[in-house]
Amino acid sequence: MTMIFGIALPALLGQLLIGFINGSFYALLSLGLAVIFGLLRVINFAHGAQYMLGAFTAYLLLVHTGIGFWPALVVAPLIVAAISALIERTMLSRLYDLDHLYGLLFTFGLALIIEGTFRWYYGAAGQPYATPQLLSGGTNLGFMFLPNYRGFVVVASIVICLAVWLLIEKTRLGAYLRAATENPQLVQAFGVNVPLLLTLTYALGAGLAGLAGVLAAPIYQVSPLMGSNLIIIVFAVVVIGGMGSIGGAIITGYVLGILEGLTKVFYPEASNIVVFVIMAIVLMLRPAGLFGKEI
Amino acid sequence: MHVVTRGTGSRRPAGSSRRPIGLAAGLVAGALGLAAPAAAQEISDDVVKIGIMNDRSGVYADTAGEGSVVAAGLAVEDFGGTVLGKPVEIISADHQNKADIGSNIAREWYDTQQVDAIMDLTTSSVALAVQGLSREKKKITMTTGGGSTVIAGAQCSPYGFHWAYNTRALSQGTAGSLVEGGDDSWFFLTADYTFGDSLQGEATKVIEEKGGTVLGAARHPLATNDFSSFMLQAQGSGAKVIGLANAGLDTANAVKAATEFGLVASGQKVAALLFTLAEVKGLGIEAAQGLNLTEGWYWDQSNENREFAKRYMAKFGKMPNMIHVGTYSAVLQYLKAIDAAGTDATEAVAKKLHEMPVEDLFAKNGKVLPNGRMVYDMYLFRVKTPDQSKGEWDLYEEVATVPGDVAYGTVEESGCDVSTFPQD
Repeated sequence: MTMIFGIALPALLGQLLIGFINGSFYALLSLGLAVIFGLLRVINFAHGAQYMLGAFTAYLLLVHTGIGFWPALVVAPLIVAAISALIERTMLSRLYDLDHLYGLLFTFGLALIIEGTFRWYYGAAGQPYATPQLLSGGTNLGFMFLPNYRGFVVVASIVICLAVWLLIEKTRLGAYLRAATENPQLVQAFGVNVPLLLTLTYALGAGLAGLAGVLAAPIYQVSPLMGSNLIIIVFAVVVIGGMGSIGGAIITGYVLGILEGLTKVFYPEASNIVVFVIMAIVLMLRPAGLFGKEI
Repeated sequence: MHVVTRGTGSRRPAGSSRRPIGLAAGLVAGALGLAAPAAAQEISDDVVKIGIMNDRSGVYADTAGEGSVVAAGLAVEDFGGTVLGKPVEIISADHQNKADIGSNIAREWYDTQQVDAIMDLTTSSVALAVQGLSREKKKITMTTGGGSTVIAGAQCSPYGFHWAYNTRALSQGTAGSLVEGGDDSWFFLTADYTFGDSLQGEATKVIEEKGGTVLGAARHPLATNDFSSFMLQAQGSGAKVIGLANAGLDTANAVKAATEFGLVASGQKVAALLFTLAEVKGLGIEAAQGLNLTEGWYWDQSNENREFAKRYMAKFGKMPNMIHVGTYSAVLQYLKAIDAAGTDATEAVAKKLHEMPVEDLFAKNGKVLPNGRMVYDMYLFRVKTPDQSKGEWDLYEEVATVPGDVAYGTVEESGCDVSTFPQD
């Protein structure tokens, strides 16, 4: 059997694939963060809570209305987006003129409130959410047993990331958005409703987090803590990719997922710090991140 | 200073439903007090106050949490609401799994709130801190939530009692029974901190003693999101049993990943070294089926248990686990000891607690060793398959009984030096 650094090749391939699957979640989450930061200049600390809200919305829809996974995949992110739009309109938008720190503090407090509320009602142990019937079971790839659902997550994540990137970089709406953040007064003078654009952007970012939450529900426990476990890593991903760089966030998400996966094979104890070590190195060599623009 | 405030801020009375009982008990106590002034003088401050301290908001909030307070309330109810003619009161607080917060709450309880004993104490680090402080202050602690063997071992206390379980009993129960049944090769997934280490160490000892082998272990950081990578390693090891030396959400996510990646379907067994009914319920029977675990109590074991579970359910809407019922047993035994001693003075009550057999719905033929360890039979359970389960809470089938002496060992083995205890 072929060995690489003392690890059998099939095992290594398996770990690479798993890293890629985890990278899909990082990419989805950091994408939403990058959209919000890049266009609104808000450091959205509520992103983990919005991810958790997505998972819980799917769970609550299933339990209380019988709405299954597939409809929830569309409905739950829309609900999260709507709630977030409301929050942006009534509260967050008042902070745009102040220092970035206020937005950070506001969203951080918001996250604590949302998570605390859910913990109060649902406890910490989490709720189960079954894998959709269509995707249960797995496929033997020869080098590993791939659960079908995880395969689906990879495909879904790539499609979504690509779609969002195209939306912002290649469409007219995306052009408005980018212009509105460069020079809001000028864009407003052209007759574009800038506040509405910003609300939509925040809702889009939050909706992406919600979507990642729904995708995560069948894999992880639907737990009030699920977001806070992930958010710090996702922030590191965004920083490494370059704050505000949407393409950078996507690519970095996948790459770091794979690197973390490899760490779990060679030195598992370090698997939760490897991302931060990389972040420190990147910040020393390229303070604006790998894909960020130096200001 | 804000730490103290946070600790007290989250403290709440035992629950409004028990308030009237307390009031009624007070009235009865008043009447009895008139009739029997001699006995009543033996209770300090004219009230027996028991503090239930545990995690009420974090990862162990379901494992212990409010459920222990409900169980303690039931124990007071079953004892009759008063002891030696004085009312019994239950108060509770959230230690947030932090030893410093726990110590501050305990100090405040003892110094200003006339608390006589503290129970539950989920999370070993907090249990040890509070037990140490209580030894200094000559107060009784009865730990049901914390699991480290050190509590009644190297750091034992003459006034400290360890009631519901410990890591040794869990390892003996789960690892010992499985190896005896032929599942003799193991691979561990271990949480990378003291608790995980000691759990893996205890289990390894048992496995090797019984002729089994440990093929390897992967140590994961606390609060790992994704266990799939570790599952591949476990799968590759070819071990018959994947032992989970972790707790809470980590265990739940690991079990889920084991099912997802087909380990269970391909015949590998998954054994959780610390998992209770609360977590199994949270995980769902689909994902948890076939899981092996050790607990000291299950609601469907006898009519007595079912009856208690029904009362608990009516109050709290969930079924209790061994920590909840262990807390019930601890409170009940504490009140019995006060009754037998004729006083709530710590030394006399501790003496009675050491002497008296434990015979209630939690423990049969239970006894307390000189190191404070309560010894009773434990059970190995297997989580049923969805087809076998007949109801929402019909989750366990009993696989084996682990005799108390086997589960808990001797005082010498515990490493507790009882010669340092005050002799009377």
